[in-house]
Amino acid sequence: MNAEMILFFIFGAVALIGAIAVISFRHPIYSALSLIVTFFAQAGLFVLLGAHFVAAVQVIVYAGAIMVLFLFVIMLLNLGTLSAKGALTGKLKGVAIVLGILLAVQGIYIAVKAGNNTALESAQASTEPVTTYKIGELLFKDYLLPFEVTSLILLAALIGVIVLVKRDKQIEN
Amino acid sequence: MEIDILQQIIIPIIKILFIVHLLIIGVMAMIWSERRVSGWMQDRLGPNRVGPQGLLQPIADGIKFLFKEDLIPNHVDKPLYVLAPAMLLVPAMIAIAVVPFGSSITIAGIEIPLQIADINIGILYILAITSLGVYGVVIGAWASNNKYSLLGGLRSSAQMISYELTLGLAIIGVLMLSESLSLRKIAIDQGANPWEWNFLIHFPAFLAFTTAMFAETNRLPFDLAEAEQELVAGYHTEYSSMKFAIFFMAEYMNMIVGSAVVVTLFLGGWHFFGLEAVGGPFWSGVISFAIFFAKTGIFLFVFIWVRWTLPRFRYDQLMNFGWKFLLPVALTSIVVTGTLYIATNGNRLWIGIGNVVAAFIVVAIVAGMLAMDNNSKSTVQSTPAAAPLRGLDAVE
Amino acid sequence: MSLEYYLVLSALLFTIGVIGVLIRRNAIIIFMCIELMLNAANLAFVAISRDLGQVEGQLFVFFVMAVAAAEVAIGLAIIVSVFKHRETINVDEVNSLKG
Repeated sequence: MNAEMILFFIFGAVALIGAIAVISFRHPIYSALSLIVTFFAQAGLFVLLGAHFVAAVQVIVYAGAIMVLFLFVIMLLNLGTLSAKGALTGKLKGVAIVLGILLAVQGIYIAVKAGNNTALESAQASTEPVTTYKIGELLFKDYLLPFEVTSLILLAALIGVIVLVKRDKQIEN
Repeated sequence: MEIDILQQIIIPIIKILFIVHLLIIGVMAMIWSERRVSGWMQDRLGPNRVGPQGLLQPIADGIKFLFKEDLIPNHVDKPLYVLAPAMLLVPAMIAIAVVPFGSSITIAGIEIPLQIADINIGILYILAITSLGVYGVVIGAWASNNKYSLLGGLRSSAQMISYELTLGLAIIGVLMLSESLSLRKIAIDQGANPWEWNFLIHFPAFLAFTTAMFAETNRLPFDLAEAEQELVAGYHTEYSSMKFAIFFMAEYMNMIVGSAVVVTLFLGGWHFFGLEAVGGPFWSGVISFAIFFAKTGIFLFVFIWVRWTLPRFRYDQLMNFGWKFLLPVALTSIVVTGTLYIATNGNRLWIGIGNVVAAFIVVAIVAGMLAMDNNSKSTVQSTPAAAPLRGLDAVE
Repeated sequence: MSLEYYLVLSALLFTIGVIGVLIRRNAIIIFMCIELMLNAANLAFVAISRDLGQVEGQLFVFFVMAVAAAEVAIGLAIIVSVFKHRETINVDEVNSLKG
C-alpha cells in the first residue's frame, strides 16, 4: 500500500460518493454541489496520473465555468419547488437500478480484462508528469485540424445559444 | 534522512504557517488602512480611539464579531448557509500557495525558495482556485432564501464568468514571452529594472487584468453583488456575527492574493533596480521579500484609492464594459504579442509599442460601433431592459 | 498502481451516471448525469494514456471538454426556453413535439 494507492482510494471514494449524491439528492442545487465534489476528486486523480495540465483545466472548465452555469440556471428558474414530483417510483425505479448494476458488472469485467491485457505494456508507462509543452506541441502540430474543428463546434454553440435566446425576445415583443 | 524530513516537511509547514498568518494579519491591516485611508480621502479622521492611531481597531472589531449572537434565520437552507462562508474563504487562502513572495533565503546552508509550492502549472492553479470563489457567493446568496441575496448572487455569478475570461486571456501574452506557466519563472524572467517588467510590455493586458481582478474581488466599482442602495447588502444580507466576518475576511484576502498575483505577473515580482541582489544569501532573501511586500502594499492602496474615485457601474454597463471592451483588448493583446514575437524575434520594445497601438485601435473601433448602434437605436426608441435579467443574455 | 483500478472506477462512475439518467426526471439533473458520464470517459482516457506512455489520451480529454462546454451552453439555453414556455422541466411532461 503505497502513497499513490492510498490517495487513489481516497479520491476514488470521494468521487463515487459525490456521484451517488448527485443522483440521490432531491434538490438540484445539492446535486450540482455534489457534482463539483466529484469533479474535484477527479482532478485529484488526474494529478495522480501525472496529468497536471488536464487537472487544472478540469477545475477551470468544469468547476469554474460549467457548474457555475448550472447553478445560475437553477437559481434563475428557482427550480427547487418543482423537483419534488421528479424521480421514478416503484417498479420502474427497481428495473432501472437492476439494469444499472448489470451495466456496472459488465463495465468492471471489461475494465479488469483490459487492465490485464495491457499489463505487459505498462512497463513503458512513465511516472513522469506530462508537461504542458508536450501537450501544446501535439495539439498545435499533429492534432491541429481537430483543434480547429473544436473551435467551430464552440462557434456553432455560441450562435445556437444566441438564436435560442433571441427568438424568445421577439415573441415577447 | 534528517535533512530530508527537514526540507520535505518542516520547512514547508513553517512557510505555510508564516504565509497564513501573514494573510490574516494582512487582512487586519487592510481593514485598518481601508478605514484610515478612506477617512484621509474624505478629509476626516477615521477610527483613532482604540490603540495608537486606532491600530487595535480591527482586533476590537474581531472581538465584537466573536461575541455577537450567531444568528441562523429560520427560513434559510441550513447546511449550505453554514457552508457558504467557508467556501469563499478557503479558495482565497489556498490560492496564495503558488505565489513566490521573494527570491530565496539561505539559512544554515539550506537554500529555501520563498514560495510554498513551485508547481509547473502555477498560473493555471491560480485561475482554477480563484474561479471557485464564486461558489461561496452564489451558495450563500441562494441559501439565504432572500430575494435581495438571490439577486446579488445572480449578478455575482454572471459577473464572475464574464470577467474570468478576460482574466485568463490577458495573461497569455505574458506566458508567451516567459514560455512558462510557473509563477517563479515568470517573476525571474522580468529583469531588475522597472522598464523590463511586464506591465510596460503588455500594458493593455495589464490594465485589462487589473480591471478584471477588481471585478473578481467584488470591489467597487464592480461591487454589484452587494450594492447597498439596491440590494441591502447583497449576498450576505442574512449573515451576521463570525459568518459575516468570514465573508469580510475572504474579500480582503482575495484582494491581497490578487495584488500579489498582479505584482508577480506584471510588476516584476521581487525585483527593484537590483536592490534584491544586495547582501549575502540571507539578506538578499529578506530584502526581496520586503520589496515584494511593499509592492503588494502599494497595489492594495490602489484598491482603496479606486474605491473612492469611481462610482459603481450599472449592471448593463458592467456587462458591456466586460464583453465589448476588456475582452477584445485582451484578445488583441494575444494576437499582437504572438505576431510581433515572430516578426521582430522577440523584441520587447516593439511588442510593447504594438500592444498599446493595437489596443487603441480596437477600443476606437468598438466605441465607434457602439456610437453608431446608439444613433440608429435612438430613432426607434429603445426600452431599457430589466437589469438583473440582462445577465442571462451575457452569460449564455 | 495498475490500470484496472482506474478503469473500474471509471466504469462505476459511468454506471452511476446512467442510473441517474434512468431514474431522475428533472432535466437539469439528467444533464448533470451526462456530464458525469463524460467525465468517467475522461478518467479512462487519461489512465490509459499513462499506461501506454502516450500523450494523445490527454488531448482527447480536451476535445471532450470543449464538446461538453458547447453542449452545456446549448442544453441550458434549451432548458431555460422550455421552462419559459411550459413552466416545467420534468422530462415526462415535456413530451410533445408541438410547442
